[in-house]
Amino acid sequence: MAVADERGGFQREPAGASAAGRPAIVSALHEWTTTVDHKKLGIMYVAMAIFFLVVGGCEALLMRLQLVVPNNDLVGPDTFNQLFTMHGTTMVFFVGMPILIGMANYLVPLMIGARDMAFPRLNALGFWTTLFGGLLVYFSFATGGAPAMGWFAYAPLTETTFARSAATDFWALGLVTSGVGSIAAGVNFIATILGMRAPGMTMTKIPFFAWTMLWTSVQLLVAIPPLTAGLIMVLFDRQLGAHFFDVQNGGSAYFWQHLFWFFGHPEVYILILPVFGMVSEVIPVFSRKVLFGYEFMAAATMAIALISLGVWAHHMYCVGMSRTLDLYFVVASLLVSIPTGIKFFNWLATMFGGRISFASPMLFSVGFLSMFLIGGLTGIMLAVAPFDFQLSDTYFVVGHFHWVLIGGTLFGVFAGIHYWYPKVTGRMLSERLAWWQFWLLYLGFLLTFGPMHLSGMLGMPRRIFTYQPDRAWEIWNQLSTLGAFIQAPSYAIFVYNVVASLSNGKPAGDDPWDAWTLEWSTTSPPPSYNFEVIPTVHSRRPLWDLKHPDDPDWQYE
Amino acid sequence: MSGVIALGRWTLLAAGDSPVHDVSIFSPASNSAESIASLSILVLAVAGLIFLVVEGVLFYSIVRFRPSRVERESAPDTEPPQVYGSHPIEIAWTVAPSVIVFFLVLVTARTLWEVNAAPPQTANAAGVLDITVVGRQWWWEYQYNSYDGRPLGFATASELHIPAGSGGVARPVRLTLKSADVCHSFWVPRLEGKMDAIPGRVNTLWLQTDRPGLYLGQCAEYCGTQHAHMLIRVVVQTPEEFEGWLENQSRPAVDDPQAVEGRRTLLSESCVNCHRIRGTTAAGNYAPDLTHLMSRQTFAGAMLDLDRRNLRRWVRNPQSIKQGCLMPAFGLTDEKQDLIVRFLATLR
Amino acid sequence: MASGSAGGYARREDNFLSSQSPATHIPLPPAIGPERTLCPGEWGMLSFLVSEVAFFSTLIVAYVTFEGEDVIGPTPAEALSLPLVIGTTVCLLTSSLTVHLATRALVRQVQSSFCLWWAATIALGIAFLAGTGYEWYGLVVDDHLTISRNLFGTTFYTLVGFHALHVTVGVTTMLIVLGLALSRQITGAHGMAAHLVSWYWHFVDGVWIVVFTVVYL
Repeated sequence: MAVADERGGFQREPAGASAAGRPAIVSALHEWTTTVDHKKLGIMYVAMAIFFLVVGGCEALLMRLQLVVPNNDLVGPDTFNQLFTMHGTTMVFFVGMPILIGMANYLVPLMIGARDMAFPRLNALGFWTTLFGGLLVYFSFATGGAPAMGWFAYAPLTETTFARSAATDFWALGLVTSGVGSIAAGVNFIATILGMRAPGMTMTKIPFFAWTMLWTSVQLLVAIPPLTAGLIMVLFDRQLGAHFFDVQNGGSAYFWQHLFWFFGHPEVYILILPVFGMVSEVIPVFSRKVLFGYEFMAAATMAIALISLGVWAHHMYCVGMSRTLDLYFVVASLLVSIPTGIKFFNWLATMFGGRISFASPMLFSVGFLSMFLIGGLTGIMLAVAPFDFQLSDTYFVVGHFHWVLIGGTLFGVFAGIHYWYPKVTGRMLSERLAWWQFWLLYLGFLLTFGPMHLSGMLGMPRRIFTYQPDRAWEIWNQLSTLGAFIQAPSYAIFVYNVVASLSNGKPAGDDPWDAWTLEWSTTSPPPSYNFEVIPTVHSRRPLWDLKHPDDPDWQYE
Repeated sequence: MSGVIALGRWTLLAAGDSPVHDVSIFSPASNSAESIASLSILVLAVAGLIFLVVEGVLFYSIVRFRPSRVERESAPDTEPPQVYGSHPIEIAWTVAPSVIVFFLVLVTARTLWEVNAAPPQTANAAGVLDITVVGRQWWWEYQYNSYDGRPLGFATASELHIPAGSGGVARPVRLTLKSADVCHSFWVPRLEGKMDAIPGRVNTLWLQTDRPGLYLGQCAEYCGTQHAHMLIRVVVQTPEEFEGWLENQSRPAVDDPQAVEGRRTLLSESCVNCHRIRGTTAAGNYAPDLTHLMSRQTFAGAMLDLDRRNLRRWVRNPQSIKQGCLMPAFGLTDEKQDLIVRFLATLR
Repeated sequence: MASGSAGGYARREDNFLSSQSPATHIPLPPAIGPERTLCPGEWGMLSFLVSEVAFFSTLIVAYVTFEGEDVIGPTPAEALSLPLVIGTTVCLLTSSLTVHLATRALVRQVQSSFCLWWAATIALGIAFLAGTGYEWYGLVVDDHLTISRNLFGTTFYTLVGFHALHVTVGVTTMLIVLGLALSRQITGAHGMAAHLVSWYWHFVDGVWIVVFTVVYL
């Protein structure tokens, strides 16, 4: 691997580059754009995701403003429909996936004691295709307006008849492109985790985050290609006059729904499994206890990854499937709650009897636990088909998946970022700012998405640009909007904290949290080759063994 | 739940608005909506119980296992006992959720078969009203096929009239859901869960209620620009009232001598390419049937109250009211617009 | 990556964990044996092929879903010619055998034999592509079947086209490998690239068996 590192050329010192007559900024740019170092790529993934998070967040704020009173005409139907399409697409493909893939990119090689990912150049390709995919999707604005068909783009809204401008083509091309990046990342993670573990780190001893990334990657490999194929069909329909979704000529709108959700449901787990891994790293360290029931946690992860491939049509209870098929998807969807429950109980058991300290990573992890539970429970409600006949496509669903994606994914990601930031930069984040960020986000989040469950049960469908004044939905929408504007500053605080702490943060040292996995054994930030000497591992907590030579973990595993 | 509705109602009344319509899924007005609502309450209760227990344990752990300052300072480096796991405990909390899941599957299956059950009658049996519902961008077309074994043959838009069961006689309504363009979803929360109208696919939904009244809903599947204004009004009438309504709808359009000129104007413009007025040469089947326009209370996908002022605004420029709708502004002279509206106002 | 350097660290003895001198009360960790696993390149190719399986499964499901849904002809029975396709199928299946013989020659370090079998595989792949091209020419010109003609055309050209694209990629990659082999950069000791390309080629063959069964039989 070291060979590839040198070829990548990122080891050149800026000073040397200036000597060659280039200004520092140019050589820094050159270094970052040509790098194949998994750490730099990881940082760029996360930076890209944060950029798109801000963009998608602004789209959300505009939508909330439009819905603050009934019959509002602040942005109008066309703009509103574009906003929710782009907001969904952005948050799923260009925030959620890149931030998780980026963090894993940075951490997985360090955690398993490798010097880089298995395929550094493929890794760089994956990042750049993801980024250009995002830019391509946003390029649709240049056609006079973004696509307005929702992120799940139900056919035949994507057909030329209903979407004449090239916006839809840019959107589909962008997602195909970033899909290539996701596949590349999946391939790379699997090859790295299975083929490049440090000596002694058998598959039963890998850090839990690496284990969840392994299964996330499996899901990427199985779920993304059907979406890619579907998008290619959309493009063929639009560009070559094919008939996949052309109902007049025998095509099928229904077929797209199956294709999309066969991707769409595993996608939800792609966005949450890595987060399960992150909090499974954070909670033990800040409870000062080993992760309770590693084997069951691992089996539960595997079970979630596999079962979730067979539950997609619970998004489609209202398309008029047979009752038997409905019941199958009810059973399969409810089954997912069993391994999820196991995970939850194990996190609680890890905390139980520990010495809990509430540094920012733990704060966000507990936020994750308290909120993700609710998202999971509303998920159970939606899995119950008859209940879903009423709730499907209402604001209840919007409330539910934001609860999972913000209360789950985002809180977990913030826990992870606060946990590993010292490793990445060598500086600590400000705990005071993190405290403000957490509470503004927590309260704003409750206020934004809590009322959506109510307005949904009161009959408000999602994706409407306005509503009638006589439906009793106004107050709930106003609370949501208020909540959104309470949340907004928390993201600003986060971005400020991340940027300002680069220079202002307290020096972190190699192991500020007194943690147990391999990444904490190297310097902060780690050298480009990660480890001077490849470590040998005897247990799941190699640094525990080192710190407690009299009572090492490998005696008990 | 009723508290939630009451609060919403209060804020709106305080603002001096029109009365609030209840569209809550927890105010069922049919057997089917009722069995969904009771299942929902059961599931909510189960979820609530799990919520209390798990959050309780979480909260307890946070409070109980957070060392006090004294503990932290007296023994900064002691690690608590390391517990690696326990198979009996793991099995216990695998079994517990499994039991809950099993229970939920059973109650779901029961409700699923209750809700989706078609009545024993066929579509043209006695007492059954058979309607084809066509979702269109952005309004609903209702084609009345047969009632009580009698063939019907008229279509209306935006407002669905159905009979209520009474005196122990059920009046089931069979809706055949289709789409003329993109995916839509037919949803009247108080009467029934939603059912999609998907192009190239035919779905069936049965409605049945014993409670006359007005029930609101709207399209629940995103269907393009004016998805928000694809509203549904279901008018449930006593069988007698419904018979009266049917009789009027079955007749061709009134030929009011007062509006001859308006009628001629409309028939000579491109209105006839899309709209149908039975008894005239207007035979389009692309836009709402106008034969008995004035028997409705709303129009334009039930977004506007049907009165002369709104009609006049609509005929002048629909795009300024419902941006993106498929009816263009035809640029008719004011005089022609007045004539057309005068004629339309006679179509009772 | 082709250098297949994986596992190089597996035999390293350095151990930062046991660097301190073990006292008597400190338990000694058990010895670590080398782990038997595929190398990263193999895992990478394997997982890439998993994603390809998912991709082709989708296209095949699309073909099956829309089969017989057409409002106008031609139908598969009218347009497709079995004898021609049996010919191309034989080419492709034989190429799986030749590529296997090539990699075996590489393992035995018989460079000339490797190049020969490898070139034969390429030739068979090109023959397959030529056959497909001839078939498509006939379909377009004689049967007027294009991708926009009907659903059969839509699903057929998409499925068979993507397979042919994969064959093309395989042939191109094999040409590159052949070039490297002729310049002695791919040898028995550095044969990972050829080894992985052969996996890919077997996969392309496997997909064709399914496509052949679904579309032509």
